[in-house]
Amino acid sequence: MLIQEYGPLKGQMLQIMDENGVIQKPHLVPELSDQEWLELYKAMLLTRSADNKALQLQRQGRMLTYAPNTGQEAAQVGPAAAMGKQDWLVPAFRELGAWLHRGVDLKTVYLYWYGNEYGSHFAEGVKVLPIAVPIGTQVHHAVGIAMASSIKGEDDVTVTYIGDGGTSTGDFSEALNFAGVFNAPVVFIVQNNQYAISVSRQKQTKAETLVQKAVAAGIPGILVDGNDLFAMYAAAKDAIDRARLGGGPTLIEAYTYRLGAHTTSDDPTKYREDSEVAEWQPKDPLLRMKAYLINKGVWSEEQDAALSDEYGEYALAVFREVEEEGDPQLEDLFKYNFREMPAHLREQYEQYVQYLEGKVK
Amino acid sequence: MALMNLITAINHTLDLAMAQDESVVVFGEDVGLEGGVFRATVGLQEKYGQQRCFDTPLAESAIVGSAIGMAVNGLRPVAEIQFSGFVYPAFNQIISHVARMRNRTRGQRTLPLVIRMPHGGGIRALEHHSESLDTFFGHIPGLKVVVPSTPYDAKGLLLAAIRDDDPVMFLEPSKIYRAFRQEVPEEDYTIPIGKAKVLKPGTDLTVVSWGAYIHEVLKAEQILQEEGIDLEIIDLRTISPIDRDTIIESVQKTGRFVVVHEAARSFGPGAELITLVNEGAFLHLEAPPTRLAGFDITIPLPRGEHHYFLDAQRIANGIRQVAHF
Repeated sequence: MLIQEYGPLKGQMLQIMDENGVIQKPHLVPELSDQEWLELYKAMLLTRSADNKALQLQRQGRMLTYAPNTGQEAAQVGPAAAMGKQDWLVPAFRELGAWLHRGVDLKTVYLYWYGNEYGSHFAEGVKVLPIAVPIGTQVHHAVGIAMASSIKGEDDVTVTYIGDGGTSTGDFSEALNFAGVFNAPVVFIVQNNQYAISVSRQKQTKAETLVQKAVAAGIPGILVDGNDLFAMYAAAKDAIDRARLGGGPTLIEAYTYRLGAHTTSDDPTKYREDSEVAEWQPKDPLLRMKAYLINKGVWSEEQDAALSDEYGEYALAVFREVEEEGDPQLEDLFKYNFREMPAHLREQYEQYVQYLEGKVK
Repeated sequence: MALMNLITAINHTLDLAMAQDESVVVFGEDVGLEGGVFRATVGLQEKYGQQRCFDTPLAESAIVGSAIGMAVNGLRPVAEIQFSGFVYPAFNQIISHVARMRNRTRGQRTLPLVIRMPHGGGIRALEHHSESLDTFFGHIPGLKVVVPSTPYDAKGLLLAAIRDDDPVMFLEPSKIYRAFRQEVPEEDYTIPIGKAKVLKPGTDLTVVSWGAYIHEVLKAEQILQEEGIDLEIIDLRTISPIDRDTIIESVQKTGRFVVVHEAARSFGPGAELITLVNEGAFLHLEAPPTRLAGFDITIPLPRGEHHYFLDAQRIANGIRQVAHF
């Protein structure tokens, strides 16, 4: 089992494919066909294209604040692909690849960043929670969902995400502890992208790794090259399978890098050196996977460029739909605070409508 | 019918709810094996097993946060916060998620959960054990806030809270957990959330209160009745959403209004109630609407707490001034 070989205190990081797209540990490659890996690569490419489009639209003043995912696609698509159909995803806010792969459509994602609550209303049957903006709070929800699965005797597994900054919150420690005590079928994935806005990973904790925080909670953990799709898939699959069989929670640290800004509201050149970014550029998870697939003969640069363009156009078309949708219905602002609108809210709403209709003198 | 005090009524109600609906789960610190520090959950783990009534590690944010997840995944969690002053670590979960999930998802994800906790003071408890948090919770859109004042009401309101599809903060006045017993029907009944109750009709002055203070108000009523002042007493029962109609209708009749609450005076529930009286009964008023409330001080430790908490004499004194204005 991967966990035994790569425990938090072993000082090792799981990597299956190296930075040149060459498989170094063939015995650990999960049993997927080349076609299936290609599909996962395409999921990463769609994520990248949708991200780039959102950034471009934000610069045009058409999109509001946006949190880009560039560089972290493998840490998102790998675990999402390893999940079973019935499993739950509880995101933080930078998991576009996982959301899309778990059935959240791009229009819904764009609606969220466009400032519309319907961006958290997913299609029926999509077992994904909305974005959680207050850092670290969402991991409790994941543990609770997983506890409920156990209580109900169901074998759903819950996968949740948090960032390196989030691991400093009390909620993170509490949730690992709860998950351990209740043996909850939950997998925590830390996307360690090295920065919490401007604060570097080194300033976040004196701990050598983030995954070692699993040790105190008494749960298994594994440090994974977050830019290696094979490794992320393998580690998540291992943890999810174990959780499903009653083996309890796992903490996965996906060691990755945020190639872009925290959100469109900050300038990363103020807090990190260009040389550092340049060091990480060649480790880009898409470059590595593309190299692997081209080497395998199932993909080409030409196909890649064409599909990238196609995804870009698709993303733009989706965004136009979002723009055309306009602002939310006024009544929606009032009517979802409670199941039934209480009298005082009804009155506030109706008085405002009368004002808007010019009926108030 | 059986004679029950507030705490045994709550225990009986949780038992009934768990027997009726297997999605109801009950948990918190010392809730399982011990049956709760106030004994609200005694016997439930034995009866329903460790899956449905259990102890949690000591982490309020996680108690409320995991309740959110359980509610998302089809359960009806009833979480206990051991003492009101310990709920602050869970505020982030309560305000940012419990209260918002329905609105955030435009009705797609709802949180049918109840957070129970002791409320108020006057029992010579330790520091941080006497807080009145109705003010805080009442201010948050998306939360329902309930405070029962009798064993009978506690059962009907708690059953309503557990069956409600919206999250309910259920604040239990610890001072009257064991103060008196009352006949409580064994069978199922609910009391609607959002409805106040006229405890005693009267003609001269409307008094609104809730929780433990209701009983001091009833004693004050005896004193004032002898002086010829006829009070109409309303037990608010639900802090949010507030039953404006019952209050306004009463004040339109009596022309005088006093609200009595434990929480500190400034920015407290009294300010809200007086405002709605001004908005709804201004032309009927014969005296300034008045609040009798806690001083704006930190709740004193037991040796000094009697200065903070109002008794019937002080309440009668305050009401008398409004009656004779």
